[in-house]
Amino acid sequence: MKPIYLDYASTTPVDPRVVEKMQDCLTFEGDFGNAGSRSHSFGWKAEELVEEARLNVANLVSCDPREIIFTSGATESDNLAIKGAAYFYKNKGKHIVTSKIEHKAVLDTCRQLEKEGFEVTYLDVDEKGSISPGTVKEALRDDTTLVSLMHINNEIGVINDIEKIGEITRDKGILFHVDAAQSAGKIPINLDNSCIDLMSFSAHKIYGPKGIGALYIRRKPRVRLQALFHGGGQERGIRAGTLPTHQIVGLGEAFKVAKQEIDSDFKKINSFKTKLYDGLKDMEEIYVNGDIENGYPGIFNLSFNYVEGESLIMALKNIAVSSGSACTSASLEPSYVLRALGRPDELAHSSIRFSFGRFTKEEDVDFTVDLVKTSVQQLREISPLWEMYLDGVDLSKIEWAS
Amino acid sequence: MAYSNKVVDKFEKTLKDPEAASVGRWKPGDADFDKVGTGIVGAPACGDVMKLQIKCDEVDGVKKIVDAKFKTYGCGSAIASSGQLIDMLKGKTIEEAKEICNQEIVDILELPPIKIHCSVLAEEAIKKAINDFESNDDIRKHNQ
Repeated sequence: MKPIYLDYASTTPVDPRVVEKMQDCLTFEGDFGNAGSRSHSFGWKAEELVEEARLNVANLVSCDPREIIFTSGATESDNLAIKGAAYFYKNKGKHIVTSKIEHKAVLDTCRQLEKEGFEVTYLDVDEKGSISPGTVKEALRDDTTLVSLMHINNEIGVINDIEKIGEITRDKGILFHVDAAQSAGKIPINLDNSCIDLMSFSAHKIYGPKGIGALYIRRKPRVRLQALFHGGGQERGIRAGTLPTHQIVGLGEAFKVAKQEIDSDFKKINSFKTKLYDGLKDMEEIYVNGDIENGYPGIFNLSFNYVEGESLIMALKNIAVSSGSACTSASLEPSYVLRALGRPDELAHSSIRFSFGRFTKEEDVDFTVDLVKTSVQQLREISPLWEMYLDGVDLSKIEWAS
Repeated sequence: MAYSNKVVDKFEKTLKDPEAASVGRWKPGDADFDKVGTGIVGAPACGDVMKLQIKCDEVDGVKKIVDAKFKTYGCGSAIASSGQLIDMLKGKTIEEAKEICNQEIVDILELPPIKIHCSVLAEEAIKKAINDFESNDDIRKHNQ
């Protein structure tokens, strides 16, 4: 049996419609040209395909195609947006605001800037994981040049109010970057009607290929970035490097399909989350990490107290999910996102992220409910903490030797 | 992380038939509870808690571990390491059990380097359980 895939927030399979378009841009019979070749039809055709893809991206998020540049993925887009803006505006100020639950692509970029003399404020989140616009406002200083926050959190699915936050930053003349790797194509985004200045996109989170992403850079009011890659002057000199036609075409097609299916995908995914939660909610000692009412339903994070996450993943061997447990990470640290919610470490160790997508089936969810219930029961049977809990022992009062 | 088949096997057998895998507990009030030594190591915040109990008796003039039970909260390799420890304990004299070293568990289960701490936990658990048994034993002797 092929395991059931419930890890769409990590990556998605490429949609067959996307694969078909990509295949046409590789071989001698196909459109393999370099979009930078201005002297022959091979180049012109490639350029046409690239521009069509750019339009598809712009259409999904309602912006001008000239505001989109292609990158190697959301990590590069985050690097380019944050470092590019920080460097370009460094004479104006050297203070950046972000949050404690950003993706590592943002956090590590900010850490690097700190080493280079910038100052970074890492905002706290509330117990559901959201960042209130008021918190952002309080953190702004005269020398703040950039605020960088994610749209949907990749671990807990919480959605930030990027419209409200954008109004605050615009009012102060501060740039606002949003990492939309998890949200583009999943929930509506309208950049024309927002005060967002920079937005990062990824293809492989929405049924496109890995290795390609995009960055939105606002034209009015104009946002300037210092380039990080230098070379042949592609993408108006902001991001040099030969444009990978097949990757860009794949990204464009994925965004086009996402625009067509955003509502039906959302409806289906929401029903899966409801089904999963209804099936599990009567279990003892389970906790929702994130915002059950207002979060994105495709990312659903639960802690099963007194059961360690990695062992649960092992028991759920026909289901592909991920955990915030330290044991599944190379660092042996539990999830920093769950810690930032104020969850005790043991609940972070006990967390599982269920992430649904376009190809999830209803019977996958039924199977998951049954297997999770049985496995948690089995693991609690062998858990000394569960035994203590049943005996009425308060675990927080015990002095653990560690 | 790719575990060896041995870890996966041990883990799955423990889950399927906990009793056969010596999952369980002796609690105060149980018959022979005075012959039981308990060792609890690890911490919930670290993601691993191992509880090992050994039942000891004098056989032919030497103190032997006649039975052992465990419960473990932790990753797959922590659970497998506890089960492996149990297999190694039963029938050993206390003096022999004191010699158990985590490396034996690492070798048998082919634990990856990042999971060696699970075997260390198992070694600490047996040391603590023996310690507990011996100190109880001293109290018993003192009271006799």
